[in-house]
Amino acid sequence: MVLFLAALVSVFTTVGIVYVLVKESVVFFQHVPLADFLTDTQWTPLFDDAHFGIVVLLSGTLTSSMVALSIAIPLGTVIAIYLSEFAHHRLREVAKPFLELLGGVPTIVYGYFALLFVTPLLQKIYPGLPGFNLLAAGLVMGIMIIPYVASISEDAMRAVPMSLREGSYAMGATRLQTALRVVFPAAFSGVAAAYILGISRAVGETMILAVAAGMQPNLTFNPLEPAATITAYIVQVALGDLPHGSVGYQTIFAAGLTLMLITLVFNIAGHLLRKRFREAY
Amino acid sequence: MNDNIRRRKRHEAVFGVVGLVALMIGVLTFAVLFADMALKGAGRLDLDFFTSFPSRRAGQAGILSAWVGSTLVMLTTAFFAVPLGVAAGVYLEEYARRNWVTDLIEINITNLAGVPSIVYGLLALGLFVYQFGFGQSILSAGLTLALLILPVVIVATREAIRSIPQEIREGSYALGATKWQTVRYHILPYSSAGILTGIIIGMARAIGETAPIITIGALTFIAFLPPSPVQAAPPFLSFEWLFSPFTVMPIQMFNWTSRPEAAFQVNAAAAGFVLVVMTLAMNGAAIWLRYRLRRNIKW
Repeated sequence: MVLFLAALVSVFTTVGIVYVLVKESVVFFQHVPLADFLTDTQWTPLFDDAHFGIVVLLSGTLTSSMVALSIAIPLGTVIAIYLSEFAHHRLREVAKPFLELLGGVPTIVYGYFALLFVTPLLQKIYPGLPGFNLLAAGLVMGIMIIPYVASISEDAMRAVPMSLREGSYAMGATRLQTALRVVFPAAFSGVAAAYILGISRAVGETMILAVAAGMQPNLTFNPLEPAATITAYIVQVALGDLPHGSVGYQTIFAAGLTLMLITLVFNIAGHLLRKRFREAY
Repeated sequence: MNDNIRRRKRHEAVFGVVGLVALMIGVLTFAVLFADMALKGAGRLDLDFFTSFPSRRAGQAGILSAWVGSTLVMLTTAFFAVPLGVAAGVYLEEYARRNWVTDLIEINITNLAGVPSIVYGLLALGLFVYQFGFGQSILSAGLTLALLILPVVIVATREAIRSIPQEIREGSYALGATKWQTVRYHILPYSSAGILTGIIIGMARAIGETAPIITIGALTFIAFLPPSPVQAAPPFLSFEWLFSPFTVMPIQMFNWTSRPEAAFQVNAAAAGFVLVVMTLAMNGAAIWLRYRLRRNIKW
């Protein structure tokens, strides 16, 4: 019975999250019509002339996530194929734990790296780059996500039965042909789940963006500009001194609810895909 | 025909190199990051750095309040997350019946593991800080991180328990043991190393978490320590520190990183180096433990 209650804590947590986010957001949406929230192209909640256009923050989230995924998906996939189909098992035994260690580095450290190492480096190539920008933050975020994508994809590929590979080899295919035309398609739902979990990770990432992308709301899809994301906005407000119960205070819950809904959709999709590949064999 | 085979073999060799390069990009980035922080921060890494409070003068600033805060928050987190996580794992593996409640709990845990950490911060801000009135305290932070790592501990516990063969349970029942005795004297001891691995990985994640702690409103500049848990006068133990304002390592680092002066960024490098060494040591210990476990257990 005590054990059952312990297991129920996870359910209470979810209920708590939904309760808190919805409760504060309901008050927020009494001040700000939902239509304005979704269509306004300015985000100035703390000014006298307040605008609440979530699109502005979404553009930052979307742009930085795109940069991150353009790094993490190709590299993660190549690493997964390499470790699963090519690498000596000794190398795999070393590389897998190492990737895990990479995934365990605190994100604030990656943020430091993006702001004080990657940005100065990029400025040497492209001198006009501002000190805060989505590009450096996105690139480092991509590196951070590689271990997740690689690890889940590799598990999916290793779950493909040996007999499929042997059939392919028997037809005279090389390892690369087998990997790309037999193993990868067979493991695709698992690999897609890895991509989707990577996306959800990128959308929810906070500290790298709060440190390296600046906290200025900016409606842009240009990674060379600074911009705030949903997560960075929440950090910015939390660092300040907003009174409990003000509209400004409620905005972070509305922003959090938006974030939660986006990641929920991706997580459910990823979960369903992963379940499918588990049942396949 | 021969040309075709040669071309395919060449592609094969090229991919072997590409794969290795991709792997190396990850490894090298980390090496550069680590070396960069170590080189920049090396000048600040002395005893004074660990025994000084943050200061307006970068050269005298230290991480005393940050590491004490981190330690106390971690203690609180472990106090809640370990019993809850292990109990939930044992329940789901050994006691739970296959019904909709169990399904609900399982879906929940999977889903919670994917919720961005900053959302936990919002939960804590609304619930712990204001609704329950814990304030911006070590207790609020510890509870928040405990909820955050709960899925990690539960999943690790379940996996460790699932790897125990059914015969062990049957042998215990055959000798007349009750379900609880079987869990207490067989299941828990045999799965303890696996559970410990999960706990360490969870704690390593918690110690580096910044966003949820900032969200509940932890201060970035703290020049005092929480009240000591051990006191000279009876009752000797005090829990006043649970309600004390605090700062933690990653927040101290965030504060220094976002300052424009280069001298503070050197401090950030030093603090980052300490933080990375701590998380690497914890994760490394977990991996080593798992490796030993796989080699030594022969059912």
